[in-house]
Amino acid sequence: MSAPEQPLLIAEGLSKWYGRQLGCRDVSFELYEGEVLAIVGESGSGKSTLLQLLSAQLESSAGRVLYRMRDGMTRDLALLGEAERRFLFRTDWGYVHQDAAQGLRMAVSAGANVGERLMAVGQRHYGNIRGAAAQWLQRVEIDSGRIDDTPRTFSGGMRQRLQIARNLVTSPRLVFMDEPTGGLDVSVQARLLDLLSRLVQELRLAAIVVTHDLGVARLLSHRMMVMKDGRVIETGLTDQVLDDPREAYTQLLVSSILPA
Amino acid sequence: MGEILKLSDVSKTFTMHLQGGVRLPVVSGVTFSVHTGQCVVLAGPSGTGKSSILKMIFGSYRCDEGRICLNHAGRATDIASSGPRDILALRRSAVGYVSQFLRAVPRVPAIDIVAGPLLADGMAETAARAQAGEILARLNLPERLWRLPPATFSGGEQQRVNIARGFLPERPLLLLDEPTASLDAVNRAVVVDLIRRKKQSGTGIVAIVHDDDVRDAIADVIVDITTFAKAA
Repeated sequence: MSAPEQPLLIAEGLSKWYGRQLGCRDVSFELYEGEVLAIVGESGSGKSTLLQLLSAQLESSAGRVLYRMRDGMTRDLALLGEAERRFLFRTDWGYVHQDAAQGLRMAVSAGANVGERLMAVGQRHYGNIRGAAAQWLQRVEIDSGRIDDTPRTFSGGMRQRLQIARNLVTSPRLVFMDEPTGGLDVSVQARLLDLLSRLVQELRLAAIVVTHDLGVARLLSHRMMVMKDGRVIETGLTDQVLDDPREAYTQLLVSSILPA
Repeated sequence: MGEILKLSDVSKTFTMHLQGGVRLPVVSGVTFSVHTGQCVVLAGPSGTGKSSILKMIFGSYRCDEGRICLNHAGRATDIASSGPRDILALRRSAVGYVSQFLRAVPRVPAIDIVAGPLLADGMAETAARAQAGEILARLNLPERLWRLPPATFSGGEQQRVNIARGFLPERPLLLLDEPTASLDAVNRAVVVDLIRRKKQSGTGIVAIVHDDDVRDAIADVIVDITTFAKAA
């Protein structure tokens, strides 16, 4: 097959205990470029813990995460130097929080929110930065007339789109998303999903999306992991897991979807 | 005529954990092959597992036993034992599927839904839209609907969007699950013609059709699925 054969990210036996409380246990998988993986499960299933482990925001109790850097070398995240970590956080990765206020600077303008990530990677030319910011606002369907407004004045859906622009402006190869459509009205959700699925395809992004919404998982992801009590209980192609769920718990989840 | 697909002794059983682990046998021992340019129609009453067989070939249902061998790009791949990445790669290059119902992102216009697979194949946007418009016009979908999301369309209109989306990309194997079920006679004839053209260009087809006229018009081989019924 023509796809690049080296995984972008490899999780090996990842576990996390909070004292005696299990966060997640023995999670292993590989993620390739251009691939979207959904992690689904109820609150408390360990999916958010897993996302934090994968994105090096939390130290694992056991296991490791390997990532192929832009120079082609696959490195253990725990052993990276500070400069390399910064490069991942500021450039090669994106992180879309459920609450946009966590991923944005609410007191500075929309343009600065997007431009800031470019400055962090060394761009200094004001005109170029503003130009790139304006372009990204347009791509996420935010009126360019709002470039100098702060996100405080934005609706929930707009904030979320701004957060996405802020993340994607540095051309990351991997984006982590934590309930990206959570807490939004369904019409706003639909628009955001449409936008996300288009961007993921256009930019050939790899993404790891944590969601409890199986509809979101179906529309965005290629593959899926179902978590329960800190463990991965079922994995497969997204349509395989949703249309032909094998485990009792997955069958329960799938059969609990309310038809619209 | 080369063999593009071969199913050997394919079995499928559902285990319904929420109903106390009831086992629901679907099919067993399914064996047939499809050659290039050939249309194989799966026949049998509803509930005998026809759609399940299509889904196993597409990889959206798991296959419990047997082999589903696809010959493509000079090599044979057993879909039944392939991992997600290989199945996704096959869908991008070798296997097309027209499902019974359209499933799409809510806000996307019909024409973009149809052009979607072409864009994913790497075609430029204007060219993909132009082709999407052509096939929608052939399927008599009024142009005023093209820019609208299909959620509010009638069943027949949605199905034509679905057919257009599935027929447009060139795939050597095409799976059709009741493509003409909610179409009028005129559009049924259009679909029959589209299928004929696919066959002429060498596409192998596995289809489920309940309409006798359509079946007679497209089938080269009829496989009676009831012979693969699984004893409970």
